[in-house]
Amino acid sequence: MYEVEILTGNETAAYAAMNSNVRVVAAYPITPATPVVETISKLVESGKMLAKFIRVESEHSAMAACIGASAAGSRAFTATSSHGLAYMHEMLHWATNARTPIVMAVANRAIGPGWNIWADLGDSLSQRDTGWMQFYCSNNQEIYDTIAMAYKLAENRKVLLPAMVCYDGFVLSHTAMPVELTEFGDFLHEYEPVWKLDAEKPFTHGNILPPEEFAELRHNVQKSHDRALKLMHKVEEEFYELYGRRTPLILEEYKVEDAEKVIVTMGAIGSEAKVAVDSLREKRVKAGLVRLRCFRPFPEKQLKELLEDKKIYVFDRAISPGSGGPLYQELKAALASTPIKRITPRIVGIGGIDVTKRTFERALFERKIWIKEVIS
Amino acid sequence: MKISEMEREEYVLPGNTACQGCPSTVALRTVLKALEGNAVLVIPACCTSVYMGPFPHSAIGVPVFNTAFASAAATASGIKASFELQGKDTEVVVWAGDGGTYDIGLQALSGAAERGEDILFICYNNEMYSNTGIQRSGATPYGAWTTTTWKGKREHKKDVSELMLSHGIPYVATASVGYLRDLYEKVKRAREIRGFRYLEILAPCPPGWRFPMDKTIRMGKLAVESGMWILFESINGEFRFTGVSKSIAEGRRKMKSLEEYLLSQGRFSHLKPEDIAEIRKYVVKKWEKLARLEGEVDAAIAKFYV
Repeated sequence: MYEVEILTGNETAAYAAMNSNVRVVAAYPITPATPVVETISKLVESGKMLAKFIRVESEHSAMAACIGASAAGSRAFTATSSHGLAYMHEMLHWATNARTPIVMAVANRAIGPGWNIWADLGDSLSQRDTGWMQFYCSNNQEIYDTIAMAYKLAENRKVLLPAMVCYDGFVLSHTAMPVELTEFGDFLHEYEPVWKLDAEKPFTHGNILPPEEFAELRHNVQKSHDRALKLMHKVEEEFYELYGRRTPLILEEYKVEDAEKVIVTMGAIGSEAKVAVDSLREKRVKAGLVRLRCFRPFPEKQLKELLEDKKIYVFDRAISPGSGGPLYQELKAALASTPIKRITPRIVGIGGIDVTKRTFERALFERKIWIKEVIS
Repeated sequence: MKISEMEREEYVLPGNTACQGCPSTVALRTVLKALEGNAVLVIPACCTSVYMGPFPHSAIGVPVFNTAFASAAATASGIKASFELQGKDTEVVVWAGDGGTYDIGLQALSGAAERGEDILFICYNNEMYSNTGIQRSGATPYGAWTTTTWKGKREHKKDVSELMLSHGIPYVATASVGYLRDLYEKVKRAREIRGFRYLEILAPCPPGWRFPMDKTIRMGKLAVESGMWILFESINGEFRFTGVSKSIAEGRRKMKSLEEYLLSQGRFSHLKPEDIAEIRKYVVKKWEKLARLEGEVDAAIAKFYV
């Protein structure tokens, strides 16, 4: 049925695109996402991947070409990082309002200057208001599964939103691990768009939209996010029934039920947090973990239910200067109506600082918000 | 060809919201007739984004996909890739102003041209940002008044049609709304060629250039007759002058005075004799440069492959 291969996160993303029957790829190289582009080029040129690969001259154009391809009726994919994602910003908004269900792999990296190519979720989190769904991964199998599931959700007629599948640069993008390369034919059929550009049926897309209609469009985008959140369990179940892998889309909880102190985080450091929870439990600290998988739509209700009576430590691998960690802000807002005594922010792993299990252990008992060194 | 042989079907509808005397509507009407409606238009921010009319209406009878200012050629590349997969022969046409071609759209244009995307990129060039209310662009000629060059622009325009020639694409041509049959025929020829094709149409804009709105076509002719705008066509590297410009190049026709063209427009009304002399120098250099291109391929073959 499927083969297991040892693949880096980037190779995994490329294979996921191939097996999701992506038909148009437009991409531009940037560290650390470059190998996605290289692998796709190889897969297309060797005839294994039946897609058109447009080697564009910039990320802005990469997203524009994906939007064009999607509007013309094809399943489109791209991958980027950091400055490339920032450069796409305008077109990210465009993809949302145009209702083009593109999926993009994002190898998370800091944004300069100074030049820093290492892991930092600041690139994708600063795109949180573009209307894209955002998923964060902590291992390569999750990257693989999430890309297929993201298409399933994005193309659902009740959703029609683009989605980013994010994974920490180098930590995952360049780390090889076994990945089950499932074929997604039963899960994802050939893309059937609700609308597409067709000379036989002319219509004008994206012309001037008066205030009331524009508000309606934006409200629909918001409602689509709400519907996407409701559909996630169904998508997970369908995936599980077909492939036997349970890959949560909303969040993963670990020893939360009886926990007093709960770590909340996202991305690759979520794996390390799990190790930290076990280690803390050995030291008789009742620790638990909520690893958020889906940042947009933000699963407010689910988080509230889980965290209502807990002491929460939010670990952000990103900073919104002038405010704080983006996940911290959002969680605090989500829990505003509950009798939470303490929700504590921690800023870790900025610009690729290694985050170890000791980082979590120490951060639970120290008062420092920022951890700017490797704690080994 | 005769006007009676042109396509009867209308693809740009009356009742659109363009200014009176708009050159863009006239040009687009001609282009879509030549394509017989088998086209998808990709339109970045420009006057056409406005005059096509607000949702849920549209004044354009072929599918239109509006895209962001900088990204027309890239969006068109994506649409074409999808059409090729679906086996559709629909022409993907970028319809952009000079801002979306010369300035903010140049990178995507150059990239798509270099990749040899099978699209037709058409620039309707009114030599300024007219949709935002007459600001200077890279296509604004020396001396022209705009709302960002109150005393007249101090730099000459660049020339993207020349830039496209140096990209080595299979089709580059210029046209003017003064000569719609010529435009129609050029679109027809471009349609027969595969690969990246670039067509630039001079579009004299009455409110932007400050001339009466019933003089659009006249101004389009005068630009060519005075030598300010040069009509040419280059097919697979074979360059030739066309129409009135061909007659001028062959010495069969005298150029009209540059002053007649410039001083019939309010945007040039402040020009001093030395400004006109500067513009004349630019025009002469341009003619010399293009004249060297004619017969270039044959000459090169004779020289290098004896």
